[in-house]
Amino acid sequence: MDLDNLASLEYFYPEIILAGAILLVIVLDLVIKNKRVIGALSILGCLASLGATLQLYSGPSGFLFHRMMVLDHFSLFFKIVALAATILVLWMSFSSREVASLHQGEYATILLSSALGMFFMASATNLLMAYLSLEMVSITSYILTGFLPRNRRSSEAALKYLIYGGVASGAMIYGMSWIFGMTGSLDYSQIHAALFQGQPNQLALFIAFVLILAGFGYKIVFVPFHMWSPDVYQGAPTPFTAFLSVASNAAGVAILLRFFFPGVSQLGPDGSWRFLSGVEWPQFLLIVSMVTMTLGNLSALGQQNLKRMLAYSGIAHAGYILMGLVVLNTEGLQAMLFYIVVYLIMNLGAFLVVVLVANATGKEEIDGYRGLAWRGSAVPAIAMAIFLFSLTGLPPLAGFVGKFFLFAAVIKQQFYLLALVAVANSVISLYYYARVVKVMFLDFPEASDGRVELNPGAATLLGLLSVMTLVFGIYWGPLVAFTSQSLQFFTK
Amino acid sequence: MTEHVLTYMTFFPLAGMIAVLLLPSSKPNLIRWTSVVFTIPPLLLGIWLYRAFDPNNPGLQFTEQVPWIPTYNIQYFIGVDGISISMVLLTALLSFICIFASWGIEKGVKGYFALFLLLDTGMMGVFVALDFFLFYIFWELMLLPMYFLIGIWGGPRREYAAIKFFLYTLFGSVLMLLAILALYFTSDPHTFDMTVLIKQGASYSTTPLGIWPFDSLHLRWGFQHIVWLALFVGFAIKIPAFPFHTWLPDAHVEAPTAISVILAGILLKMGTYGILRINYPMLPQATADLAYVFLGALGTWNIIYGALCAMAQKDFKKLVAYSSVSHMGYVMLGMASFTPQGINGALLQMFNHGTITGMLFLMVGVIYDRAHHRDIEGFGGLAAVMPVYTGISALAIFASMGLPGLSGFISEVLVLLGTWQKYPVLTVFAATGVILTAGYLLWTVQRVYLGMTNEKYKLMPEINTRELFTMIPLGIIVIIVGVYPTVVLDLLRASLTQLNQVIIPHLG
Repeated sequence: MDLDNLASLEYFYPEIILAGAILLVIVLDLVIKNKRVIGALSILGCLASLGATLQLYSGPSGFLFHRMMVLDHFSLFFKIVALAATILVLWMSFSSREVASLHQGEYATILLSSALGMFFMASATNLLMAYLSLEMVSITSYILTGFLPRNRRSSEAALKYLIYGGVASGAMIYGMSWIFGMTGSLDYSQIHAALFQGQPNQLALFIAFVLILAGFGYKIVFVPFHMWSPDVYQGAPTPFTAFLSVASNAAGVAILLRFFFPGVSQLGPDGSWRFLSGVEWPQFLLIVSMVTMTLGNLSALGQQNLKRMLAYSGIAHAGYILMGLVVLNTEGLQAMLFYIVVYLIMNLGAFLVVVLVANATGKEEIDGYRGLAWRGSAVPAIAMAIFLFSLTGLPPLAGFVGKFFLFAAVIKQQFYLLALVAVANSVISLYYYARVVKVMFLDFPEASDGRVELNPGAATLLGLLSVMTLVFGIYWGPLVAFTSQSLQFFTK
Repeated sequence: MTEHVLTYMTFFPLAGMIAVLLLPSSKPNLIRWTSVVFTIPPLLLGIWLYRAFDPNNPGLQFTEQVPWIPTYNIQYFIGVDGISISMVLLTALLSFICIFASWGIEKGVKGYFALFLLLDTGMMGVFVALDFFLFYIFWELMLLPMYFLIGIWGGPRREYAAIKFFLYTLFGSVLMLLAILALYFTSDPHTFDMTVLIKQGASYSTTPLGIWPFDSLHLRWGFQHIVWLALFVGFAIKIPAFPFHTWLPDAHVEAPTAISVILAGILLKMGTYGILRINYPMLPQATADLAYVFLGALGTWNIIYGALCAMAQKDFKKLVAYSSVSHMGYVMLGMASFTPQGINGALLQMFNHGTITGMLFLMVGVIYDRAHHRDIEGFGGLAAVMPVYTGISALAIFASMGLPGLSGFISEVLVLLGTWQKYPVLTVFAATGVILTAGYLLWTVQRVYLGMTNEKYKLMPEINTRELFTMIPLGIIVIIVGVYPTVVLDLLRASLTQLNQVIIPHLG
């Protein structure tokens, strides 16, 4: 299926609904006084878009808009992830005192625009489209990072993010120009054909790939493109940090996989991928993966601010996720998709607790969590323990299953060194996650520590996320079936 | 009912946990009694299991096999055989007793008993699981409650002890996870079913890999050996074998009494149990090659090193903790001998150590609750003040020392008899451990119970009924097994003989 502009619209409903929701929110923001309605409306828009996306999931695959975009299970999977993250973050934002002080209409609009950008990232099959979608997500992210009025940290973070983002996307588009120069095309399938039939210069191609990885890597947050993340995570409004940590990372993985797998590699009959001989980008990513997880975990050890700690933990998790890529088999890619879903659930959960504690105490430092289990309701502390231990990868929690699949893929390809580095990192990560748990349960609160209140909306969300973390740790069959079904690229 | 007996034994405590969580925390006694109610059925079922178990059948009994995640061939597969039955019974008994030993917990009663019951499920699960994945889940499931139980309800350095325990054990278990995955991918079709993996056991490659540059042990470091070692490290941390034992004194000293009992009585056994259940039948060639160094020699070192460390302790609980290191050495040594006496003795020693050390920790708990310190030098002449307590303590101490007529004697003699045939030199060293053990234990008796009564403790109240109730059942078992060891040995013999037969052809 290869559709022109008008015919494509029939398969473009999720995006149209989302764009409609954005416009509607902008207009209604001017007339509606009760700002909660704005948030609810945005969620409704996302839900409608989610419904349309799920409907397309059972439909046909094909190219849209003259091969600018592709509609396949893989892109739909990442659209579902982006929508799920947006819905959960909007829900989380209801409970955030920090967000309540912002302009609701603009906040929701920009968040939804960012989600729309992720839609395009997931389905781009043209370098130009890939670049534009990436920029759309980046620019909305810069704005939301600096969205806290009269907050120096937030402004500083936004500026840093902008500068790093500018450099990374500059490097990426330069790399893309090299690809265009070598193949004469921006279209993925034509690039693929040109590379595999012709005799490209291996060194030039490798350099081009590394340059492109700078752009993708800065979205996924792997070393050495990670420097912006701790500051941005700490400075941005917490719900948006949560959004950034899961959705932006997932969209980065989507664009990376689309380019490097169906784009410049070939799928063999045994489920393993063959890359262009002589262009050792998997080796490069193997080293990047090990360095990323180790650096992330070691840096997280000394952090006092929980958001900053979660930023470093996010870097470490980006390293774990990359493990699935470097083994170049279908199991690995499937494990990546699985991990993205699991990471979404547990990381959003952890950030939700950060929001709740910040509401009560105004603190994001770890000592603000002192004796959390013994002040007011113990539910946030217990839920936080579940999320953190799940991030560590302890059974019977979902994070364990995610890591289990990644390790399984690595062991299957006999990358023993990578497996050892990864398990050593799991042990290191336990130390800093358990430190938070220790502060929450083993220390006792002082009289000055405020009680942490739980409103019904936040309690429901917290319950939902922790139950999902538990359930996917014990019975993950359906989720695996969904991810393996989603690993379908449309290329012809 | 009978076909699901093990499931009930495993998950009754979990149901208890849910029940406890639903109770209001303002009624601590109700919570305590609810916990009792939910640990009684596993105990009764355990007694029934003991009677219904067919000791002549070396294979698995009371098995249940249900697919769990069919795509990956993961099953809910449980059962018992001679290797695990004694551990299952011990777990049921000690869990029940430890609920009573926890009666004095005042802080966060609800959380304590909920976590305790969760721990209980994890422990039972480890001993009955026959699917590798399930085994790993249960193995890790124990970590979290243990961390909180030590960390919240422990002594002054509880935080340090809890995280140390956690990190050590997690390090071991992630290595184990890699080994499990390696075995999974070498099996065809891929499976986590231990019984299937055992059938393929002999076929795992022993071709030397080029990764071991200095082969001074003259070992063929093949795939099988690497996997063996990864599993062994995971288990050795739990045993704990030297040099991975350093978490144990900290954890024991800081943990509340009941948790020390569980740690020493059950958790340490999981290490040796894992080696018997997994390393031995699944990787027989590697076992035959590596047992002498990693189990025999290291076990002997554990015996002597643990005893010497125990002798140097001033803290009563730390002394008992190091005595565990020493006594677990006998288990490792006995296992390494591959003789019927040695291996039966090893498993019997696991059971006996569970009951004896349980008593020892309860004994320390009794005086700690009264004096609020455990300084050995700080007591003296307790025999005059607390005669009943001294009597039952003496029983525990003499059993630990290996006095004939008590259970410790039987298992240690069996181990030494078994190893003498294979490794006479190691046996000589191990036997000196017996003397050292007698040394530090008698010295302790002298300092704590005999001599001049310390003025401060003239009016120390005698052991109460609840405390007696926790110690007497263990004392009775110690005497029965000491006089008539067949009650336990009969359960083990058939399975262990079969296990031994798997290894013997591989011995060089």
